[in-house]
Amino acid sequence: MSYSDKVLDHYENPRNVGALEANDASVGTGMVGAPACGDVMKLQIKVNDAGIIEEARFKTYGCGSAIASSSLVTEWVKGKTLDQALAIKNTAIAEELALPPVKIHCSILAEDAIKAAVADYRNKHEVVSAGYAACDPAAA
Amino acid sequence: MPTLPIYLDYSATTPIDPRVAEIMIPYLTEKFGNPASRSHAFGWDADQAVERAREEVAGLVNCDPKEIVWTSGATESDNLAIKGAAQFYKGKGKHLITVRTEHKAVLDPMRELERQGFEVTYLDPEPNGLLDLDKFTAAIRPDTILASVMHVNNEIGVIQDIETIGEICRGKGVLFHVDAAQSTGKAPIDLARLKVDLMSFSAHKTYGPKGIGALYVRRKPRIRLEAQMHGGGHERGMRSGTLATHQIVGMGAAFRIAAEEMATENERIRMLRDKLWAGVSTLDEVHLNGDMQQRVPHNLNASFNFVEGESLMMAIKDLAVSSGSACTSASLEPSYVLKALGRNDELAHSSIRFSIGRFTTEQDIDFAVQLLHKHVGKLRDLSPLWDMHRAGIDLNSVQWAAH
Repeated sequence: MSYSDKVLDHYENPRNVGALEANDASVGTGMVGAPACGDVMKLQIKVNDAGIIEEARFKTYGCGSAIASSSLVTEWVKGKTLDQALAIKNTAIAEELALPPVKIHCSILAEDAIKAAVADYRNKHEVVSAGYAACDPAAA
Repeated sequence: MPTLPIYLDYSATTPIDPRVAEIMIPYLTEKFGNPASRSHAFGWDADQAVERAREEVAGLVNCDPKEIVWTSGATESDNLAIKGAAQFYKGKGKHLITVRTEHKAVLDPMRELERQGFEVTYLDPEPNGLLDLDKFTAAIRPDTILASVMHVNNEIGVIQDIETIGEICRGKGVLFHVDAAQSTGKAPIDLARLKVDLMSFSAHKTYGPKGIGALYVRRKPRIRLEAQMHGGGHERGMRSGTLATHQIVGMGAAFRIAAEEMATENERIRMLRDKLWAGVSTLDEVHLNGDMQQRVPHNLNASFNFVEGESLMMAIKDLAVSSGSACTSASLEPSYVLKALGRNDELAHSSIRFSIGRFTTEQDIDFAVQLLHKHVGKLRDLSPLWDMHRAGIDLNSVQWAAH
């Protein structure tokens, strides 16, 4: 099969490859997919105090389209709020990369990775704020 | 520097040997007669060429030329052998035996026979890809009419013991069909000695043209088949249709060259394959698929763990290879052959088949090894699974969400 120029570009020069400190409270980590299905995406976002995603990193095991989809979303989520990031739809990813029908699942996985990373970040913060609340003398 | 891309997919198809192409060309133009034309020299010449080719094909596998039936390729030969024999002998029983690692050209006719009311046993091979002969013997029932076991596997190159399987079948009165599409010119075949009743051949895997093949149909003891293609009664009624003289001449020439050169050629190819394996097996977490000893020298199938096969093929696009990853198929199912060996999905998704042939050079292999070393490392740097492996996490202990 042939790949679009954009897939080839992301595949050959993947953006934002790497890892952020998963235990850092400002970092949300999402890992989606399964080795048995041939693709696993790990997406990490770092959120600043203003609630803006200021950094994103990925690592992906999968075909060229899966690598390109995850590379693309690291670019797209940067500078966005969590809600704006969640509004990124797989159809937009598939369209940008000109993915053929058999590769649509790669874009779905990339959308799922954003959701998982945001959920992880929010989960951490709910736990943290609950923790403060429990220690709050006024609340006790 | 070798010419790029380098072709390492000889198990998919081979180029026509230039010596073969040269022999074929006159049969496209001036020697165009129909071999079935009995009334003039055009027909006689074509017929003579077809019969010479029949002798050449028979010569490679040591059978009587009268036992060779021309077909359009191994797929048609498999269909004719399996469905033709099952339909002819259904009065004796309706059970057949085959192996899960067979080519689809065997498995799909078997499925069709199941729809027609036959029963089929699909045997699992051992983890090295070879059939356990005790399990095979145990699968034979009083109503078993035919067993089909391939000689050389197309994905992993392992050679089944068709000599012993033939003895077992003959002893139990079961017809034995062998798909030999991947073995001509690679592994010796002696049909005078083997107890094989039906054998499928293809020209284009052995430096002949595409679109032509043959089926060996044993005469002593005589095997009968129900024709699958009806028409002018060509090929003793077993396969009607005007013979493709130029293709047949090409298959004959290709098989003659294979007979003459296979001994020396295979030694050279084995040296190249061993060099390739020595080069890639120094990488971490590379797993050989299929038995290394009972294997044709042309094939190397290896899984590069934690790297997905299709993305690896993209990275090594200067090498024309194939992968057991099914990322391109809608089903997302990796190679059924590797899965039948008990390989897990990850390793099946990570597999690459290298197949070496007549025109592969030592420079090609050196280049391939170098390229693999560079890109496997790069893709592992990108792989979350590689990180987890290095952190000592057992991937089987992780709860993955299948999608």
